[in-house]
Amino acid sequence: MAGMSELTASQRFQAFANPARFMALSERLLPFCAGLTAVLIAVGLYLALLDSPPDYQQGETVRIMYIHVPSAWLSMFGYMVMAAASATALIFRHPLADIAAKSAAPIGAAFTFLALVTGSLWGRPMWGTWWVWDARLTSMLILFFLYLGYMALWATIEEPVRAGRAAAVLALVGSINVPIIHYSVVWWNTLHQPASVFRIGGPAIATSMLMPLLVMALGFTLFFVTLLLVRMRAEILRRRVRVLRLARTER
Amino acid sequence: MMRAFRTLVLRDTRLAIRVGGGAGMAVFFFLTVIAIVPLGIGPNLKLLAAIAPGMLWVALLLSALLTLDRLFQADYEDGSLDLLMTGALPLELVAAAKALSHWLTTGLPLVVAAPLLGLLLNLDTSAFGPLILAMLVGTPALSFLGSIGAALTVSVRRGGLLASLLVIPFYIPVLIFGVGAAGGGGVAVVPGAGSQSLLLLGAVALVSVVLGPVASAAALRANLR
Amino acid sequence: MQGFLEMGGYAAFIWPAYGLAFVVMIGLVVQSVGDFRAQRRLAGELDAGRAARPRAPARSTGPDA
Repeated sequence: MAGMSELTASQRFQAFANPARFMALSERLLPFCAGLTAVLIAVGLYLALLDSPPDYQQGETVRIMYIHVPSAWLSMFGYMVMAAASATALIFRHPLADIAAKSAAPIGAAFTFLALVTGSLWGRPMWGTWWVWDARLTSMLILFFLYLGYMALWATIEEPVRAGRAAAVLALVGSINVPIIHYSVVWWNTLHQPASVFRIGGPAIATSMLMPLLVMALGFTLFFVTLLLVRMRAEILRRRVRVLRLARTER
Repeated sequence: MMRAFRTLVLRDTRLAIRVGGGAGMAVFFFLTVIAIVPLGIGPNLKLLAAIAPGMLWVALLLSALLTLDRLFQADYEDGSLDLLMTGALPLELVAAAKALSHWLTTGLPLVVAAPLLGLLLNLDTSAFGPLILAMLVGTPALSFLGSIGAALTVSVRRGGLLASLLVIPFYIPVLIFGVGAAGGGGVAVVPGAGSQSLLLLGAVALVSVVLGPVASAAALRANLR
Repeated sequence: MQGFLEMGGYAAFIWPAYGLAFVVMIGLVVQSVGDFRAQRRLAGELDAGRAARPRAPARSTGPDA
């Protein structure tokens, strides 16, 4: 990337818009991201399963939290990535933006699914039921539906550019609605325990439990980034294949 | 511009009333869903009365979803939508006019039917007033938010089901506050919750009146260019 | 070791949670990488076809993107 420092910010922005440049750059980044992901998750697992104490009240089941909470964070992170990419696609018409949004969705949806199921597994020994309609879990369920709807829209509209713009509108409408939906669900039900990590006065859980949590969260985030790059590369190639096939039949 | 807006609303309303009776079918569906509820959960009158506001709202939601794909589909298929897009009326107002027409021809009839159907669920007559008021405030939100789903799927054949799936999460605040304003969902226990939910419902409806046409226009442009 | 596996009696909840996370995440990796490799192979084939016959007549097979 010689001479990049001489370009203006917008020119550098445009440079990354070039799919070929992105492919080259991502190819160099991938091994590093994947390796870091593996290390972080391995360390996180060690801390979560072996090196951290059971909870005074919840016993060993607190270990599920080390999967559930990072998954929940990543599910929200995923939607934010989708929304930001969608906004970039609609406002700046950046060609890679809607590819990024499309690629982020299944990863975010998978983490949402994980958060729901591990939340259920965590709740059963604690609350006695497999599912509780509290604000957090209910909002997460609705988020899952938002993800699925977004992916369904992409799958239903054939032409990629059209699908990308429609999906971007949907993602933005969704992100405007998410706070409204969440507020209405909270209003509807105030059962779930308050967020115990990012509170104003500092984290409310012990350091010995915070470390595995943060390491796992970081590992999951790197996992997200790695897979995002892989999926974006696949999508760029998929569009190239489509264009080549169409060109072939036009002769 | 106001004249163009009014003309479009009248035209769509007349079409909806004339062609296949979309309004009638929605009300019929509303009736059917409510009628099968006791068949499903038993004729316990106390239970039915307890769930009546919630059940009426859920059935109302589903019935409103039924006629969503008529919003833009017909005009898309015969090319009128292209004309409307290049016409004098801004696309956002076109979408608003269609949503308004949908409310007049689907939402309002459903609201009129609701208290009568409530009788099937042993809804107390004193609850009629709050229910009608809540639905009058909430059904525009259903039409305006629903138009977004219809616009997103306008180029998809048989896109009605997908449109419904996309829109239902956005309907949830309307449902929650609508039931609250109608006196259901335990708000009787908390003082002031009924009027608070009515205000919140109104806020959601106002947001939808702005968000709906803007997003629908963007979705139409995405699909038609 | 026994205590580790039993997890204080909560094994039926903890291990499925970790197991499911493993399955979902590995599954996502497999699907993503597999899809990438398939697209890369397809693009390579199409590029090779174009390089070999730049003025080939129109083929009868339609696109199925």
